[in-house]
Formats: sequence, C-alpha cells, structure tokens
Amino acid sequence: MSPATVQETTSNASPPPSDGQIRPLLKMEGIDKAFPGVQALKDAGITVHAGEVVALMGENGAGKSTLVKALVGIHHPDAGKISFLGRQVRFDTPLQAIEAGIAVIYQEFNLVPELTVRENLFLGQEKARFWIDRSGEQAKALEVLKRLEADLDPEAKVGALSVAQQQAVEIAKALLLKAKIIFMDEPTAALSPREVDRLLEVIGDLRDEGLGIVYISHRLEEVFRVADTVTVLRDGELVGIRPTSEMTRPQLIELMVGRKVEAEFPSREKPDQARSPEASSRQPLIEVRGLTAGDKVKDVSFSLYPGEILGLSGLVGAGRTALARLIFAADPIDSGQILLRGKPLHQRSPVDAIGNGICLLNEDRKLQGLFLEHAVQANFAIASLSKFSRLGWVRDQAVRRALQRYVERFRIRMPGMGTPVKNLSGGNQQKVLLARWLETHSDIVLFDEPTRGIDVGAKYDIYILVNELAAAGKGVLFISSEFPEVLGMCDRILVMHEGRLKGEVRDVKNATQEDLLAMAVS
Amino acid sequence: MNFRSFASDYGMLAVLILLCAYFSWATLQEQPPRGEAAAQALADVLAEEAPANASIAILSKSNPDGTRFAQRLQERLESAGLTVTAALQGDPPSVRTRLRELTAQGTEIDILATTADYRLLAESLVEAQPELSQADVRLPPASRWPTFLLTENLLNVANQIVVIAVIAIGMTMVIITGGIDLSVGSLIALSAVAATWLIRWAGAAEASASEMVLASLGGILLSAGLGLFSGVMVTAVRIPSFIATLAMMQVASGLAFIISGGLPIYQVPDTYTALGRGQLFSIPIAVILMAILYLLAHLLMSHTRLGRYIYAVGGNAEAARLSGVRVQRIRLFVFAVSGAMAGLGGIVLASQLKSGSPTYGLTYELYVIAAVVVGGASLSGGRGKIFGTLIGALIIAVINNGMNLTNVESYTQKVVLGFVVLGAVVLDSIRKRAWKN
Repeated sequence: MSPATVQETTSNASPPPSDGQIRPLLKMEGIDKAFPGVQALKDAGITVHAGEVVALMGENGAGKSTLVKALVGIHHPDAGKISFLGRQVRFDTPLQAIEAGIAVIYQEFNLVPELTVRENLFLGQEKARFWIDRSGEQAKALEVLKRLEADLDPEAKVGALSVAQQQAVEIAKALLLKAKIIFMDEPTAALSPREVDRLLEVIGDLRDEGLGIVYISHRLEEVFRVADTVTVLRDGELVGIRPTSEMTRPQLIELMVGRKVEAEFPSREKPDQARSPEASSRQPLIEVRGLTAGDKVKDVSFSLYPGEILGLSGLVGAGRTALARLIFAADPIDSGQILLRGKPLHQRSPVDAIGNGICLLNEDRKLQGLFLEHAVQANFAIASLSKFSRLGWVRDQAVRRALQRYVERFRIRMPGMGTPVKNLSGGNQQKVLLARWLETHSDIVLFDEPTRGIDVGAKYDIYILVNELAAAGKGVLFISSEFPEVLGMCDRILVMHEGRLKGEVRDVKNATQEDLLAMAVS
Repeated sequence: MNFRSFASDYGMLAVLILLCAYFSWATLQEQPPRGEAAAQALADVLAEEAPANASIAILSKSNPDGTRFAQRLQERLESAGLTVTAALQGDPPSVRTRLRELTAQGTEIDILATTADYRLLAESLVEAQPELSQADVRLPPASRWPTFLLTENLLNVANQIVVIAVIAIGMTMVIITGGIDLSVGSLIALSAVAATWLIRWAGAAEASASEMVLASLGGILLSAGLGLFSGVMVTAVRIPSFIATLAMMQVASGLAFIISGGLPIYQVPDTYTALGRGQLFSIPIAVILMAILYLLAHLLMSHTRLGRYIYAVGGNAEAARLSGVRVQRIRLFVFAVSGAMAGLGGIVLASQLKSGSPTYGLTYELYVIAAVVVGGASLSGGRGKIFGTLIGALIIAVINNGMNLTNVESYTQKVVLGFVVLGAVVLDSIRKRAWKN
C-alpha cells in the first residue's frame, strides 16, 4: 500500500471528535415522502458514521428502498433534512449522489454483461478523450480488486461471472468512485453461505478503512454478525436506532413487526413415522432412483413420504433447484427413474407433472412464476384453468370465489383481484403463487426458496401453510439456503453438494447449522 | 384504479371520438336531403306555403332515391289537399321534353318541386320556357350536416378498413404472445390469387356459388397452412418470428406470382363480388363479417382458456410453461390464425376488386401492425385488447378518410399516419412509466 493511501485511511478512520461528539458522515432526519394514496415515508431517517455498519431493517413496504431513493435523488422528499459530510445537501439525480461519494448497490446489478470487468469498472468514467488508457485502467482495476481480495481477471466478461463475483465488481466500482458510503440492498440474497462469509469479511474491512456501510437485509443472522447499529423502519417511520450488541433477535423482530412474535417457526405435531420412514410400512409418495441430468444432478436417490416436510439444503448451485425441476419435468432427465406411489412416471412436460399431482413453486418469482403485468386473478388461475372452465369457457365467478378463500386464509393484501400483480409487495406476490399451486390440490409440493426476499410476518404465514400441507398428508420438499429455516421446519433434511446427495439429517432437533454446512461444503 | 385501467385499455377510444368530432366539424356543410327525407321536408314546406289551388309538377331522377322522392312527395302533397299535376321522372332531356309537351297542351304549372339534383335543370326550364315564367322552383330546405357523418361515408370508412381490420385480429393474437407476423401482406396476395385461380379452373365466369365458396376456403386454408409453417419455424426450430415471417413474406409473394403467372386473374363470375360489395339490410356484408369476427375474437381472448393461455405465453413464456401451459401449441395456433385471417382478408379484397392479383396487399402488414399498436397492444407481449385493435384500425381509417374529405394529399397522409403510430407508442410508454412509480 502506498504511503498516501495509508495516510488517507488513517485520517478517515479517526474522525476528529472536536465537540465531544462524532460528526456523522450522513444524517437524514424527518424525511417525508407521499405518493398518490400512500404516505411512503413519515419522519423517517438514518444516521451513518464513518467506520460504521448500519443495518437498515424493516418489513417489505416499510420504506427502506424509498428512503435510499429519497437520498440519491430518484425520489424527491416532501420534507426533511439531509446532511452529508457536515453539509446540508440535496441530490437531484443519482449521478450527483455518486459524484458526492454515495454508492448504492442494488439487488439487480448495474453491470453490462457483455463488457469486461475493467470496462464495467470504468464505464462512464473513462479518462481519455478518445483512446482508452487500457493498461492504466487495468492497473487500477487490479489494485482495487486486490483490495477486495477478489481473484478476478479484469478482462473477463462480466456476464460469465458468478453472482458473488459480480457483486465484487459492483463494490470495486464504488471504491473506484471514492465512495464514502455504500448502501447494499439485500446483498446476500443470491449468495452461498461461503460467499456470504466472504462478503461480510469485505464489509468489515471496508468499515475498518473508514467507510460507512448501510446494509439492507432480511437475514437477521447476518445483521447480528456484521452490523454495529440497527435502524428500523416501520410503515415509513423511524421506530428505533439501537446498537446491535444491546439487542436480541426476538427484540429486533418485534421492533420490525410492531407486535410480539411468539416464535420464528410455528410448532406442529410431527408424526413419529415421518422421522423414521423406514420404520413405517407406508409407501413413499414419490421415490427418486439414480436421477441424473448433465452435471447438475448426479445419481440422486431419495423418497418423500406423505405428511412429511423434507428439507433440501446446500449451497447455491448445488443442484437443488435442478433436482426439483427434474421431478416437475421442467427439464429433461438423462437417466434414472421417478416412481409415483410405486409406479414409474413418464412425464414429458410440466403439464404431465401437474396432471400427476406434482407442483413446483419456483425460486425465481419474477422470471419463472409471475405474469407481472397481469391481474392477480389471472396469475392465480393459470395452473387450474381447466378446472375453472366449462367447454373452454372460463367462469370468472368461480375463479374469484376460490381466490377469495386464499385471500382470507393467507391474509393477502392487495387493492383488488384485477390489480396487476407487480403492484403487490414481494410477500403478497409469493402468497398469490402459493394460492396458485394449492388450488391444483397437488399431493407432492416442491417449494424452492419459498420465503426468499419476503418479510418476517409473511414468512410466518408461509411456515404455517407448509405445516398445514404436511398435516393434510401431502409430501413437501422444502428447498432453502437458510439453514435456520430448514432446521426449524423440516422432519428430515437432505444436503446436496455439486449435484450429489451428500448426506441426510434424521435427528433434526439436535442438528446444528454447522452440521449442515459441513455436509454442504464437503 | 378502474378509471386508470379503463383509460389505458380504451384511451384510444377517446382519440377516435375526437378525430371523428374534428372531421365532422371540418366537413360541416350544406347537405341537400335526398329520397324520402327530401320529400318529407319539401311537403311540409309546400303544405304551409303553397296556395291551395296551385298546380305542382314533381321533377326527379330515375334512380331509387328519385323514385322514392317522387312517390312520397306525391302522396304527402295529395293528402295535404294539393294538386300534383305531373310527376316527371327521367334524365334531363326526357324531363325537359315531357315538361314542354305538358305546357304545350296548356297545362298550367305554378310550382316545380324537385331536389338539389335537378335544381339547375328546373331553373333553366323556367328561364327557357315562357309558359313557366310564373312558376316557382321549390327545393327541400337544405340542412347543415358533416359530410364525414353521412351514412354512406361512414359505411365507406368501415368497408375500406375491413381487410386490414380482419387481419389485425390474427396479428393482435400473435403480438400478444410476443411475436410478430410480417407475412400477412403477401398472404393476402397469395390467398386472392389462389382463390381466383381455383375459380377460373372450376369454370371461370360460369363457376357456381359452391365452387366459389370452396375456392375461397382453399385460399384461406393455404394461407393458414403457411402461417402454421411459420409457427413451426418459431417453435420447433426457434427462429425469431420476425425472421421466420420475413422469409415467409418472400415465399408467399413468390408463390402468388408463380400461380398467377404474374398477371391478375379476372375470370370470375359477377356474383363473386357479393362478399366485398354486397349489402345486407343496407350494411355491407364485409362489415358484418368483420363485426362478427371481432365479437368472436373478443370472446375467445377474454373469456376462454385458450385466450388466457395466449396472454400468459406473451406475459411470461417460461412461467406459462411451468404453470402447465402448452406454450408451443399456443404459438402454433396464433400463427395459424394470423395466416387464416390474412387469407380471409385476401378473399375479401379479391371480391371487392373482382379479381386476384399477386400485387395485392403490398405493405399491408405495416398498416395491420400499426392498427394493433395504435389499439394499445404491447409489442413485448402479454398485453392488448381485441376491441382496442378495432379502434386502432378505425383510427387509421378515419384519418385516411377524413384527410381525403378535407383534400389533404396522400403523401401528407402518410406523414400524419406515421406520427399517429409514433404517438400511440409514446403514449404507451408514458403509461408504463406512470405505473412504475
């Protein structure tokens, strides 16, 4: 490291406590923002100091994204004060915010897949008038990537990188722009546990270099690991700023939800035979034998019994989603067999799978599940239209009656059944998809990351629903990257690694996250 | 919310109404009444003003309007107690001759009752014949009424747009699934040529009605088959529909020239124009056909499983597949429908023009796509309404017709039409942006 950099970082790391109080990097106070029909922010705010990781928490719709957008000038607040580096500021466009030193890394990255890492890093910042100073850029790129300990070739195409690597590029871009504060929106949503560890380390390093980090996440575990303070929004209002060390998990959840939450996972009567399937003489609902497809799924065999919640865990890319898609006939099988109640299945497409009583809730809600522009009602009915129609004529009354039952049961909040589904919050969108699949009355339910990106309250509703399905004698395959969730919900847990089944946990009660991780990485 | 969705679905309806209002205003002028309406109006005036013993002569053309006018006026005047001395019908020379005979016999005539058609004739007669110098020429009072809103003009608008509107039904379905069909213009020509070729082969001008029907079905089926073939290219071979149908555009056009030998086929019976020029209850049959097809397509798209699946495929093809929709079949279906509709459009056009030529339908695909886009369908798929497309087609027709009536030259019309399409797309994207926030 050059002497200049050392000097810079030291001066940043120890802000002058002139008047006894440390001046914050960023302070937003009393921010109001109203949209037609909604008061999105009401006296909201956040304070970030240099060398601090602030977790910005809140349920979906609490106003976290709106607050960030109000800061960087995507939205213009109706009232409130923003001071940055001790000066009162107001950014009219995101570009001004970036130039001032505020970087935001959104869930959807702002990278051009067809360009290289270097080209992306310097996009819009090219120094040259006409000819690009390639070697100079390359040196700078290598330097910043090294600072992040990211082992990346600057000339690699960004589209070919993993999510974690693309994220590293985004962070590097922020550093190159000399950002003083980096906002990260759900940065770990698509990362494996190992990659999450790496990211949290990097965040720690950046904090030590004197940057302010705002960490927006639903994952309480990570928040407690990385954040110094927690700022909680509820219904657009700032409800608390607390040091993480003085808080417990239930307290944080309570603060976010605004009511006392009994337990993170609902309890249920677990049938004994589910825990030791072989002990019972019951026939498995579905039995998979030596299932193989490309190098994503290799020789996987397992059984799923009625009334069982079977967890399927592992790292991202371990082949869990691919396995579920094979059972649902969404992708072709190379070899192996699937038996439904002892009879071999020959499915050519999801149409056949649905006919056989199998359903799949996708991990990617937006790309593979929803018709975003279409009405809630249409999104709900699509998989059961043959049931809702007579001689090809759809009876909308019947559709609405059926949907109404789910609206009440799952507490789906929406303006109306004719509203485009994209106007619903993530949790409510997920509930609409759940309703879609429950209406098919499938016996085998494949849930791929059913709680990804949805808030605590909605998660709990979904857990209850999964328990109800099992109680009704259906077989549930529960895929999740969050170990606490798998441990809290499932009767048995299968762990995958690089396309193969690496192990099975029978005694879920006494298993730990470390046990699962050990199997998932070996 | 409801208003907004209504506005986004049918905002173009407001544009259509505004256009109609504008062209009504711009073409407002004195409209001489005709037929029975003219008789009624004139009878009222004469009953009021004519002296009871006046001798009245009715002058009228020998067309249906003229006949109706003469008969009705005579009845009305006689029932009002007036004397109709003569009712002279025919072309100007014969009317003149007969009137001269009458006056030569000494018949006195005080009033010449006629319509705007024979106004000049009547006035020249009064001037030329001294016996008539005392006579009054009376016309039904003219009313101010927009030329645009005359029944015959409105039917004309509808009749001119039938071919494009019918094809736009199939195009709407293709576009809603996220595809596009550029081959429809060529399929018009191919279908028209194939049908007229079959009729010529079956007996030319002596072909029977059933032979004509079969020949037309042949043209439609051929087009549907080629549409289906485009669909196969799109689904099985996974060629983008833009390219597959661009190729089909060439293929179909080439086939039309091969079949016809490059020349129009005129050898069809006179009755072949029944579809294109015939009327039922004084409404053109082609317009009735169009209305029925739109009604059926609307019901299909908004109330049936198939319709829901078409929207689903365009909204999110992968989600549709994973929800148990047979995506490939849906795509095949819409391309086949688009081909069939283009074929039907070709038949209507051949019937209107009483011939089949390989040059028919040139650049029609652009008008059809314009109608669909102006009607509010999204080129990225998943969104669009059948009646929206009808409105889009009508907007194009009204603009063309209105500009013709207001003497705007055709080059300017093209420029205006181009901006209308652009405007529709801009409106659509503004609407989308408004939704995002």
